[in-house]
Amino acid sequence: MTRAVAYIGQVIVYAAIAALLGGFATWPRHTHFPDDQALIKLSFAHSAKHKVACRKRTAKELSKLAPNMRRTLSCSRERVPVYLELDFDGAPLFRGTFAPSGLSRDGPAQVYERFVVPVGRRHVVVRMRDSTRSEGFDYEAQATLDLPPRRNLVIGFRPEMGGFFFK
Amino acid sequence: MDTLARSETPAAPPPDVPARIQRPLRIMFEYAEAALDRVFGPAWNPLYFLGPLGFYYYWIVAVSGIYVYIFFDTGTTEAYQSVEYMTYQQWYLGGVMRSLHRYASDGMVLMMVVHIAREFAMGRYRGPRWFTWITGVPIFWLVIASGITGYWLVWDTLAQYIAIATTEWFDWLGIFGEPIARNFLTPEDLDDRFFTLLLFMHIAVPLILLFVLWIHLQRISRPRFNPNRGLAVGTFVMLLALAFVHPAESQEPANLSVVPGTLDIDWYYLAIYPFMDATSYGAGWGFAVAASLMLFVLPWLPPLKQPAAAAVDLSNCNGCTRCAEDCPYNAITMMPRSDGLPFDHEAQVDPDLCVRCGICAGACPTATPFRRASDLIPGIDLPQRPLRALRDDLARRTAKLDGPARIVVFGCDHGVRVADIEGPGIAAFSLPCIAALPPSFIDYVLSRDLADGVVLTGCREGECYNRFGVMWTKMRLAGERDPYLRKRVPRERLLTYWGGTLDRRGLSNAVAAFAARIAALPRFDPLRPGASARANARPDAAAPSETVD
Ligand code: HEM
Ligand code: SF4
Ligand code: SF4
Repeated sequence: MTRAVAYIGQVIVYAAIAALLGGFATWPRHTHFPDDQALIKLSFAHSAKHKVACRKRTAKELSKLAPNMRRTLSCSRERVPVYLELDFDGAPLFRGTFAPSGLSRDGPAQVYERFVVPVGRRHVVVRMRDSTRSEGFDYEAQATLDLPPRRNLVIGFRPEMGGFFFK
Repeated sequence: MDTLARSETPAAPPPDVPARIQRPLRIMFEYAEAALDRVFGPAWNPLYFLGPLGFYYYWIVAVSGIYVYIFFDTGTTEAYQSVEYMTYQQWYLGGVMRSLHRYASDGMVLMMVVHIAREFAMGRYRGPRWFTWITGVPIFWLVIASGITGYWLVWDTLAQYIAIATTEWFDWLGIFGEPIARNFLTPEDLDDRFFTLLLFMHIAVPLILLFVLWIHLQRISRPRFNPNRGLAVGTFVMLLALAFVHPAESQEPANLSVVPGTLDIDWYYLAIYPFMDATSYGAGWGFAVAASLMLFVLPWLPPLKQPAAAAVDLSNCNGCTRCAEDCPYNAITMMPRSDGLPFDHEAQVDPDLCVRCGICAGACPTATPFRRASDLIPGIDLPQRPLRALRDDLARRTAKLDGPARIVVFGCDHGVRVADIEGPGIAAFSLPCIAALPPSFIDYVLSRDLADGVVLTGCREGECYNRFGVMWTKMRLAGERDPYLRKRVPRERLLTYWGGTLDRRGLSNAVAAFAARIAALPRFDPLRPGASARANARPDAAAPSETVD
């Protein structure tokens, strides 16, 4: 093989490597999320009520405790799980229970749920039970929203802001 | 069957699954190597410089990275803007640097994947080589992690996609008290400090990578860190051209209120994300863990049954250090003399590092067949394939040679199976490596009239299974490295032929042509060695190297 032919060969090999590098650096394209859908993320941390309500200790009980442990309120630390419902256009989209975190089950429940939904004008209802009650809800919110293509709608929760919010 | 030890051809590998993939892969590599040898020549063939090319790409990434870092701002909007500034306002330098940074990173992955495939195909990952292989596995993930954090920093829609998918992927493990994906819920959740952390990781991970690369090469003696100049220039020009033809660009700025739709994906670094889109985060972990585990156990699938490591015979070792100089795997250390002989040092072999290539025996000055029969015990040798057995075998089998040109072929277990080209006038002997043959054996064959010509063959010229076999052999024949082939050896009676395992026809033809040339020479008289050389002098006859066509 002559030198010239070899050099041309080298150029071809380098061009092929460049094509491999440049090519797969951006191609083929990947569709992560389709245009005719939107995403609802239900996500927040929330500390539910305690499982057993706090109770005043009697004087007799207090005297039995070490002096530095004498608190008048006796609270069990365990919290109830958070129960959530999400309705989309009148139909149930989600029903679920989230356990409190922590070894003593006294931490906040962590919620992070994703729902892929159709776009358009939609009605969303979200409800939460975070107490020992067995029926009904402690919080509820609803909204009619325009969901454009690939909208990332976040439903959060902050009790100090009045409960659920849509963002 | 001690005497046959050196000449037997290696047994076919057991029909296990790795071997079944290995064989076709190896054949593919050999064809590709042969093709690139023709274009680049063995000295420039990129397939022989994959590891060094990886380092080269790393340095290009590092230098361009420092430049890009100078202009980069951390911050949820500043990051994107600063990268845009470099890409468009300063396209001639910042933009080029950004493209070099991206494409050299991609080059590192491409090289790494081919490097893994090639070491696997060539079977260079078992036995004592396990260490280099195993340390390669974290290297793979560190490279990928470097790239992911890099794409994340740009904070375009691709970065947004990676940020959310990565945090959700780690949240899947349930090891964080609070889902870390919540950092990327809404634009208000974004925190500049997260970008500072990310930037720190994007610098720290590649530095850890460099450290692990250093460990990767601990068992390799004289590792090649740099490709030669031709390859380095060619590769750099290629990257530069790519930077101008297809400059690296960002996608739309990130907007957490909108889910990224269709994206340009860098498949070298980000392929796992589309995979997880199609499957699940669990499958992503499953794949990563399974692939790593498979790579981790591969060196023992099945465990390599090895003969004994090279052993030193102190009474024959004068402490010359040649074996330690030539050992390709750092297996020999020169220790203070322990037996009272009047030398400073003695060789000591670490069996855990020794790959049983025999190159040390080929280097040892006491490994000469001219010594009396009882005496051919070199300072260092492979106990199960001793050089004494080779000499006995030579004597026995050359006695049966017949014809106008009797040829002895010394081959290597990792090159063409030399047993396949034997004939009435050709006796072939396979060694664990061609550099396991002390050059004095060539002198011995010719001067004792055991044959009329000697052929040496081994791996492809550019890269040897035992790293230095071909190089040391060429240097010994040329008198550039101890032990030299003596000047008195008539070079026209010596042929070297470097080819892959598939090159049987080429070798066979070359040997036939060589035999015909030898037959035409006057009979060699070892007492007057100049006689035939003078009559048939060929100016280029010293250490001829047949080119493989
Ligand atoms: C960027 C990544 C990497 C770089 C820069 C790199 C570099 C190198 C270099 C320079 C050598 C020595 C070559 C020589 O001088 O003969 C080498 C050998 C080797 N590499 Fe890597 N390597 C990388 C990744 C990997 C990975 C991911 C694996 C496998 C999982 C791997 C497996 C090996 C093996 C088995 C050898 C030893 C071959 C022998 O025993 O002779 N490497 N590497
Ligand atoms: S056989 Fe090879 S690896 Fe082992 S000590 Fe000798 S030269 Fe080194
Ligand atoms: S080459 Fe031989 S003589 Fe020299 S140090 Fe090694 S074993 Fe000893």
